[in-house]
Amino acid sequence: MSALLDIADLRLSFRLWSGTVEVLHGISLSIAKGERVALVGESGSGKSVTARIVLGLIQELKGATVSGRIRFDGQDLGRLSPRARHALRGTEMSMIFQDPTSSLNPVFPILRQFREVLARRTPRISEAEARARATEALREVAIHEADRVLASYPFQLSGGMNQRVMIAMALANRPKLLIADEPGTALDVTVQAQTLDLMRKLVADHGTAVLFISHNLGVVREFADRTYVIYRGRIVEQGPTAAVFADPRHAYTRALLAAQPRLTGGALPEIAERDPAFENPMEVHP
Amino acid sequence: MSLLVLWGVSVLIFAIARVIPGNPARVALGPNATQDQVDALAAALYLDRNILVQYAFWLRDLMRGDLGRSLYTNRPVTQDIAEFLPATLELIFLAAMLMIVAGLPLGILAARFRGRWPDHVIRVFSLLTVSAPSFVWAVALMLAFAYFLPIFPIAGRLSEAYSIPRVTGFLTIDTLLAGNLHAFANALRHMVLPAVALSLSGIGQAARLTRANMIETYEKPYIEMSQAYGFPEGRIARTYAFRPSLIPSLTIIGLDIAALLGNAFLVEAVFGWPGLSRYGVQVILRKDLNAIVGTVLVIAALFLIVNIIVDILTVLLNPRIRLGEARP
Ligand SMILES: Nc1ncnc2c1ncn2[C@@H]1O[C@H](COP(=O)(O)OP(=O)(O)O)[C@@H](O)[C@H]1O
Ligand SMILES: [Mg+2]
Repeated sequence: MSALLDIADLRLSFRLWSGTVEVLHGISLSIAKGERVALVGESGSGKSVTARIVLGLIQELKGATVSGRIRFDGQDLGRLSPRARHALRGTEMSMIFQDPTSSLNPVFPILRQFREVLARRTPRISEAEARARATEALREVAIHEADRVLASYPFQLSGGMNQRVMIAMALANRPKLLIADEPGTALDVTVQAQTLDLMRKLVADHGTAVLFISHNLGVVREFADRTYVIYRGRIVEQGPTAAVFADPRHAYTRALLAAQPRLTGGALPEIAERDPAFENPMEVHP
Repeated sequence: MSLLVLWGVSVLIFAIARVIPGNPARVALGPNATQDQVDALAAALYLDRNILVQYAFWLRDLMRGDLGRSLYTNRPVTQDIAEFLPATLELIFLAAMLMIVAGLPLGILAARFRGRWPDHVIRVFSLLTVSAPSFVWAVALMLAFAYFLPIFPIAGRLSEAYSIPRVTGFLTIDTLLAGNLHAFANALRHMVLPAVALSLSGIGQAARLTRANMIETYEKPYIEMSQAYGFPEGRIARTYAFRPSLIPSLTIIGLDIAALLGNAFLVEAVFGWPGLSRYGVQVILRKDLNAIVGTVLVIAALFLIVNIIVDILTVLLNPRIRLGEARP
């Protein structure tokens, strides 16, 4: 299997005033081309930092130390020059955030931001060409009044509309990998479900691989081919989504599933207390 | 609204000017004048009348565009102001430009390289410039760059060698109208030190403010988005982080520009700059009532104009205000 993304023994620690804390303790995770992979776990378990390491954002922080190996599309990211590393962002990999409205710049119209995204692939793209390509990308997310949307500021659009704009931007440069960090958690449940549906169709059409981060197991079950369960900076269980849900083997996964209120519920899983069984070795489904 | 403020200022300064002890007529005529002469002048100025009557007369004259006569120059106050105001405006305009074109980029640079050497240098610079008043910088700059290193002229607006017909009173404009580029350069050279002295604290202040607001903006999700999409770091700093940060800075920068008017008093004194501020100091010392009130009124009007410009800019730069919050 030629993995698009292959992470091996990833460790991350932060140097703080109080000393050094390790937040990722050797994570291994891989995503095949066009595969949709979920990373689930409660908040603070290290999902977002994993995503940001893949993009190379954490490495730029002062006081962060990253070790381990990350291969993306046949290249060892750790060996790339900063420039080559930067060149991947917004082109080969892109990202969708939790709250679409606050992820768009409030003082620039959508077209301006769209053009900047398109310019990552097509430097010096003209305004007319950017408008044409943005209109096309918006059509894919079922926005047909592109002119109005492109002229708008994010605060003039609804959250669901901004989410579609974000999805259109994220896929406009045809990335090989899309990272979605709890996408649309800030939106209401129906709108979230609609936009995720849209996103799933689009990534399937384009063959885009997705690293889908969520604490909502109902959504994960719908979306992902394979699932990794993360607990306090360690992967505790992994396997095909159906297998993990049907036959959770790790104590933490069972607790997580039991704590999930409803399939569509957006609430944080409340896991009563820490349990020594949560520290058990990783379970791998074939 | 603005007119109401101006009116309030006029009442206040009118009252204060008249409460200062000493008989203005006596000061104007000097110690050798007879009491009769002094009384006659006082009567001509309505100084023997009730303060309310005095104010009513003054207000009536103001409506006709007449601010009364100056006892010191013995000319209409409006004429004095027309003579001295352009020099001050020219200086303040240059200082305000310096504040903006130096202060904002320094703040952007410090925020972009936060915690690295450009940030440290800029923060030390800001702290230094903010911590000393502008007249201290005026004296220091004059000693350094006009006295020990005679790069710039010590005082005045233009060398004696040039005679430029007065059209607008703005020497940078009048020299160009006269087609005399040497005189233009000379006038600019005269402006450099006073303008830098006047603007230094403002530059530091603008840099600090911009840096602080930008650091807050850098925490916003939309900046992380632009980094995740690999927008060039320089563009993120100059555009995507700077523009949202400018909106909260604007009001304070506007106030700092307006404050240049006050600071100009001492800077003009140090550099022998024949501006309104220097005129204002002289007329206060001579208890020249009409001139004091007229000068303060003009300065208050300038303050208001700066504020109005800031309000307009705030609306233009903030789409939320410009377009309203309405969702379709
Ligand atoms: N810049 C940082 N400095 C120090 N600690 C951090 C930083 N970013 C994240 N962390 C810590 O790393 C852990 C994982 O965070 P995160 O990946 O955001 O969790 P989540 O799974 O909720 O996305 C948390 O304990 C968090 O406090
Ligand atoms: Mg997170």
